[in-house]
Amino acid sequence: MRYVIIGNSAAAIGCVEGIRHHDPDSPITIVADEPHHTYSRPLISYLLGGLVDENRMGYRPPDFYEKNRVETLLGVQVTEIDPQGRSISLAGGGELSYDRLLISTGGKPFVPPIPGANLPGVFTFVTWEEARQIGHFIEDRQAKSALVIGAGLIGLKTIEALLARGMKVTVVELADRVLSRIFDPTASRMADIILRREGVDVRTANTVTEIIGRGGHLDHAVLRDGERIDCDLVIFAIGVRPNTGLVPADSGIRVERGIRVDEHMRTTAPDVYAAGDCVEAYDRLTDEYHQIAIWPLAYRQGYIAGCNMAGYDREYEGGFPMNSISVCDVPTISVGIIDPPDDGDRYEIMDDYDRESLTYKKLVLRGHRLVGAMFINDIDRAGIYTGLIREQVDISQFKEHLLSGSFGLISLPKDYRKHLVMGSGIEV
Amino acid sequence: MKRIYVNEEYCIGCRLCEIHCAVQHSQSKKIIKAFKEEAPRAMARILVEEEGPLSFAMQCRHCEEAPCIEACIVGAMYRDEDTGAVLCDEDRCVGCWMCVMVCPFGAIQRNVAGSKAASKCDLCYGEEIPACVAHCPNEALTFVEVGSMAGEGR
Ligand SMILES: Cc1cc2nc3c(=O)[nH]c(=O)nc-3n(C[C@H](O)[C@H](O)[C@H](O)COP(=O)(O)OP(=O)(O)OC[C@H]3O[C@@H](n4cnc5c(N)ncnc54)[C@H](O)[C@@H]3O)c2cc1C
Repeated sequence: MRYVIIGNSAAAIGCVEGIRHHDPDSPITIVADEPHHTYSRPLISYLLGGLVDENRMGYRPPDFYEKNRVETLLGVQVTEIDPQGRSISLAGGGELSYDRLLISTGGKPFVPPIPGANLPGVFTFVTWEEARQIGHFIEDRQAKSALVIGAGLIGLKTIEALLARGMKVTVVELADRVLSRIFDPTASRMADIILRREGVDVRTANTVTEIIGRGGHLDHAVLRDGERIDCDLVIFAIGVRPNTGLVPADSGIRVERGIRVDEHMRTTAPDVYAAGDCVEAYDRLTDEYHQIAIWPLAYRQGYIAGCNMAGYDREYEGGFPMNSISVCDVPTISVGIIDPPDDGDRYEIMDDYDRESLTYKKLVLRGHRLVGAMFINDIDRAGIYTGLIREQVDISQFKEHLLSGSFGLISLPKDYRKHLVMGSGIEV
Repeated sequence: MKRIYVNEEYCIGCRLCEIHCAVQHSQSKKIIKAFKEEAPRAMARILVEEEGPLSFAMQCRHCEEAPCIEACIVGAMYRDEDTGAVLCDEDRCVGCWMCVMVCPFGAIQRNVAGSKAASKCDLCYGEEIPACVAHCPNEALTFVEVGSMAGEGR
């Protein structure tokens, strides 16, 4: 048995650990176009902000590959997959054959086709290399002001890094509020308040139509409403699309927005699996297949794929969105469906908002089940709610305690609590 | 492999486990010093919940497939090869609180005053018996081999 993994990030490492759980010996090869030892992608904003140094970027210890007997081809791009021939082609010539293949090529940052998007000083921000380049650019050019395009998860992280470097930051967001995909309107308003308090110039319901340079430097950007924003640096942080370019159209691998996988993380081609930001996987709360580009699910999907690749039958139980991010040092957590569609009385909201202390707690119920939870500032023990969402526990017996300050495991029915505590894992 | 088991019928809510856990994780490991002199005061990694006559103490369950390890974006949360315990490398933790978001037991705390890192039970690494178990006056906490408890779900 010969395993080949394309990619070297969360999903790939999950896959290695899944395979090695069941198959200690067969050879595994990791091929990735980034040259680094496996590293934490989310840390690139900490690196840019000077909060961690390059030595702390590693996701696993330096001896990880050796210990897990993984061969690596790093800095090598895969150009095409051939499921019929059971091989992959490498840039610069050469092929690699496999018995089981994992595609975990992650996401590609989206850059809208606007004039000036190719100028020096305009960046995307998803790799270690880009974090370095942006850092060098800021130092070399003594850049003082930055324009961030997109106020989603990556945009917020970018803003924090730039603020930590003492830059003046403007953010432009197409939606009418910041963090619109992971926050509800109340939480977005709070994030807006926090950002402005830190001096960020927030422009929502707007977009950049052109970026103008002058004499080798960036000069300004033009917004849809005609306004000019002076800036030394522009970072596109609109989000990532599944990176599926190496899957040929006639390969038999079904690709919608992302690579489609079943509950075993199998693609539609034999012995080809996929996991992470490049896939459309099952969302157990919405009952749909779509990309949820977060680290924990990439790891989980990779792990499940690895188990199955090693011949051990495991089903992916489905994921749901969840994010824990700080908005300028204010901790926030959002899990599941937090801004449900106006759907008659299908959903019920319980919430608690304190303007003074900027704390917010919101729960979304569908029937007797919790499907969403959102916290700002007071995030302690949020995982108990995440557990109730994951296991779809009937909350009718303790619903009135859900928002109380003392809510805890003690509020849960004794049977469920005992099972949770005595069981080996977290399954109910 | 030994684990801490929780028996809520026996818990009297005395919170000695919390106190001795904090002492064990203090610099001096001396109770008076830990509470009087050390700042910030060490955090207990066990939490007593109480409501009316019911109480119990709870710490990390060291899950077999631990959601905190899967969710940790920096790889600071890891499984100790010898004991199977789930441990946090506090030097590598950046305080993103993904682990707080996913722990179904609410057993991971933010050490905001001290290390700024995730704070959780380490089974009193290196000790024969964890401090909370050693100081529980009514055997509500026991340290026993996995699989030896009656009715254990595995
Ligand atoms: C700045 C930033 C902050 C983030 N913060 C968080 C956070 O706080 N929490 C969270 O949950 N998520 C966060 N994310 C998202 C998270 O990083 C992703 O969900 C996760 O990295 C997905 O992992 P993956 O394994 O699918 O792929 P990726 O991490 O995208 O890795 C893709 C891998 O594939 C390789 N590759 C791609 N194409 C090829 C090719 N043709 N040939 C060879 N190799 C190839 C790359 O070299 C790389 O190793 C953040 C992302 C960014 C950019």
